[in-house]
Amino acid sequence: MNTAAFDWIALAEYSAIGLLSGGLLALIALGFVLIYKGTGVINFAMGEFMMLGAYFFYTANVLWGLPMWLALALTLAAVAAVAALIERALLRPLSGQPVISVLMATIGLASALHGGVEALWSGRNYEMPTLLSRKPFTPGEILIPGQVVWSFVLAAVVIVAFTLYFRFSKTGIAMRAAASDPITAYVLGIDVRRTQALTWMFAGMVGAVAGIVVASMTSLSPALGGAALGVLAVIILGGLDSIAGAIVAGLVVGLVESLTAGYLGGKVRDIVPYAIVLVILLIRPYGLFGTRQIERL
Amino acid sequence: MRIGDFRASYQHDEALWPTRVQRTWLALLALALAAFPFGANGYLVGLACLVGIHCIAAAGLNIMTGYTGLISLGHAAFMGVGCYTAAWFAQRGWPFFLTLPLAGLMAAAIGLVVGLPSLRIKGLYLAVATLATQFLLVYVFREWDSVTGGVRGVNVPNASVLGFDLSNDHRMYYLIVPVAALMLVGARNLFRTRVGRAFIAIRDKDISAEVLGIDLLRYKLAAFALGSFYAGVAGALLGYFYRAMTPEYFTLQLSIFYLAAIIVGGLGSMLGTILGAIFMTLVPELLRGFVALIAEWAPGATEVLSPVQQVVFGLLIMGFLVFEPHGLLEIWRRVRRLFHLWPFRA
Amino acid sequence: MNPPTPLHAPLLQADGVHLGFGGIKALAGVSLSARAGEITAIIGPNGAGKTSLFNTISGFYRPQQGRIAFEGRDITRTGPAPRAAMGLARTFQNVALFRGMSVLDNIKLGGHTRLAANPLTALWYLGPARREEMALRREIEREVIDFLEIDHVRHQPVASLSYGLQKRVELARALAMRPKVLMLDEPVAGMNREETEDMARFILDIQEERGITVLLIEHDMGLVMDISNHVVVLNFGEVIGEGTPAEVRHNPEVVRAYLGEKAAAGAAPVPA
Repeated sequence: MNTAAFDWIALAEYSAIGLLSGGLLALIALGFVLIYKGTGVINFAMGEFMMLGAYFFYTANVLWGLPMWLALALTLAAVAAVAALIERALLRPLSGQPVISVLMATIGLASALHGGVEALWSGRNYEMPTLLSRKPFTPGEILIPGQVVWSFVLAAVVIVAFTLYFRFSKTGIAMRAAASDPITAYVLGIDVRRTQALTWMFAGMVGAVAGIVVASMTSLSPALGGAALGVLAVIILGGLDSIAGAIVAGLVVGLVESLTAGYLGGKVRDIVPYAIVLVILLIRPYGLFGTRQIERL
Repeated sequence: MRIGDFRASYQHDEALWPTRVQRTWLALLALALAAFPFGANGYLVGLACLVGIHCIAAAGLNIMTGYTGLISLGHAAFMGVGCYTAAWFAQRGWPFFLTLPLAGLMAAAIGLVVGLPSLRIKGLYLAVATLATQFLLVYVFREWDSVTGGVRGVNVPNASVLGFDLSNDHRMYYLIVPVAALMLVGARNLFRTRVGRAFIAIRDKDISAEVLGIDLLRYKLAAFALGSFYAGVAGALLGYFYRAMTPEYFTLQLSIFYLAAIIVGGLGSMLGTILGAIFMTLVPELLRGFVALIAEWAPGATEVLSPVQQVVFGLLIMGFLVFEPHGLLEIWRRVRRLFHLWPFRA
Repeated sequence: MNPPTPLHAPLLQADGVHLGFGGIKALAGVSLSARAGEITAIIGPNGAGKTSLFNTISGFYRPQQGRIAFEGRDITRTGPAPRAAMGLARTFQNVALFRGMSVLDNIKLGGHTRLAANPLTALWYLGPARREEMALRREIEREVIDFLEIDHVRHQPVASLSYGLQKRVELARALAMRPKVLMLDEPVAGMNREETEDMARFILDIQEERGITVLLIEHDMGLVMDISNHVVVLNFGEVIGEGTPAEVRHNPEVVRAYLGEKAAAGAAPVPA
């Protein structure tokens, strides 16, 4: 083999896999952006929503033997209920408080949820049922694992569905209004409290779906909770309040992670998102699409 | 009941412990602290050492987060920096009165490097940046074998000065407690000067602070560096105390632990720091004791100790933020007010 | 160090300031000067650009065109913090006190630029840090707390004070800066008659006894007409009239802006 020739195939493969896995990252980022746009908070417990989704689904589908669609429906309902409860019991009492208080509250929430899941289900690795076909795709000479492709498709479908919902449905528009200017929305008759609860429920469900998919692709363990922290790089790159930014940034970060894993090894890959965060904050803090905040003096 | 509390000079008015009663209590406390190791068993002395270390670390975090409003999720990583720095120098025979400040300075230096880009922008971004730093530093701790011993960790020789070894907890106590006391008083002093006031101003209304001539970036960096310095010293003392350290100690969970400590104790107060440190040191011990107690009836309990601890930390943070945002300090103040006004009611 | 500005020479000057945000034009070529030792009032309907002008002078906004000069020096490019050291102080429309601190600590922050403590000397406190703190305390008690009659609340947390007292504390903090120019943004907003008269007395004393130049935004016409030496009227980001209070009151442009076309036609003056 001619070692001097550049391995284009490997590059193409890493790139394709990277871009496609970025779809999932974008989906998780969507959950973050929803809550940030809706309530101005970064939800550090996003990874724990993913955990809840995955563990609930496992319990329903594997432990209780329910059919997949029923398990999924129950999981989504359960996670939505938990999210609504959190919004009511934790976020609403803190609504007048400075941002750092709410931030710290979500950090505490993450800790409590993480510990709770691990305590109830133990820290063992469980094997999730295969939800996405593993059959690889082989366009040309490159090999792309089937799960990567299908996760991208799934993520794309969910993201598109949400975007359409927000743009065109009455509730979606109400949510956007409440996010943009809660007082005016209230005056116009929009139930701001309900839309905030809805925002959390949607974010929870998005996280749950992402969690189920990620767990089925890797394995079910408490480490799932930490996965979302890497997605913070995506939302910082994309801009905290931009869904379009989250999508683009998801693809970019997925690409960078894949290339790093391919050329520098798995261990480095783990810290790539954090390195990206610091680099972005250095050169372009508001991200690609984020709105620069102008304060009213 | 507090009566006859007159202040005849501005200096008296601004003293930390203006009344005679306060000064008497302080003297008694000093005596009690000095005599403690002679009356207590080894376990309690060890616990007291940990409380002292937690006080220093929590004080640093309170300076950054409680007083200046800069959220840091990477405090544990900075402790790690201090620990490894001290270990490196201690292995080469340096005495503790040099390694401790060096540990602090190294942590402060890293803090400046991290702070420089992150402090120009709003608080949310800083939280994420410090989180990223936490993970990156732990990665460095694991991979930089030659300096940190990698995953196996590092052995820390006894803290020593001029051949005198602090080889047991009893002796370490007499290093840790004075250092903690000094650093806590130092931190409190900050807020009697323009430096500390500037920190609080930045937290409360940074626009107003600018208009008063405060250079925001400079002071935020100072707060961040000071807080990291404290973390570094605490980390170094931790290394000396345990005599060995691995990267697995300085995790995100530890950063959250200190966040819980200052929220529970009271943000923006040194007394709150102490209360929070004591409380948070006791919580894992109580949990452990509780689990040992019920081990007969619930044999699986010990496995869930670690996650249950996480649940408890999380609940404490959320609970105090919602119900008692000023922390244990507020409860302490209420009790004091009761005594100041007794026999009259508040 | 600049020689002291002779009385009535422009101490603070804005020339042709244009300021816009996105599509909104806040200031469209505003020029004014605050003459040394005088009280200059800026009036105009809501949204006229008065606070935007203040914010530009403070250094929070950089104008797209125009310049701001202080004691003859161009400060258009300097940030807000250095302007404080030059002698520019201001209060805010919504009281911008630091709620986590007592009245005394808030006022002491006014002296920030004149102190020298750094983290090292602050940690130790004894020695230079303590000396300067005591000196500052004496100075503030003498010059500001006594003057504004707030000695009875000096140790109280500012959040527990009435609105009127809070505004006074904010004024105290600005005075502690020993400024050359004091910018007051609606100092008597929300005050009753008695509080307004107190504030008016304080402002006049500040001008007469300390020779501080005052620039003031206000809606209370009575106050403006009574104490100002010079009045500038803004509307839609432009200066539509200026002069002595009496001149401005009868200026038809000003009347039109405040009372409408009919009043302007009837040449009714703006009521005080």
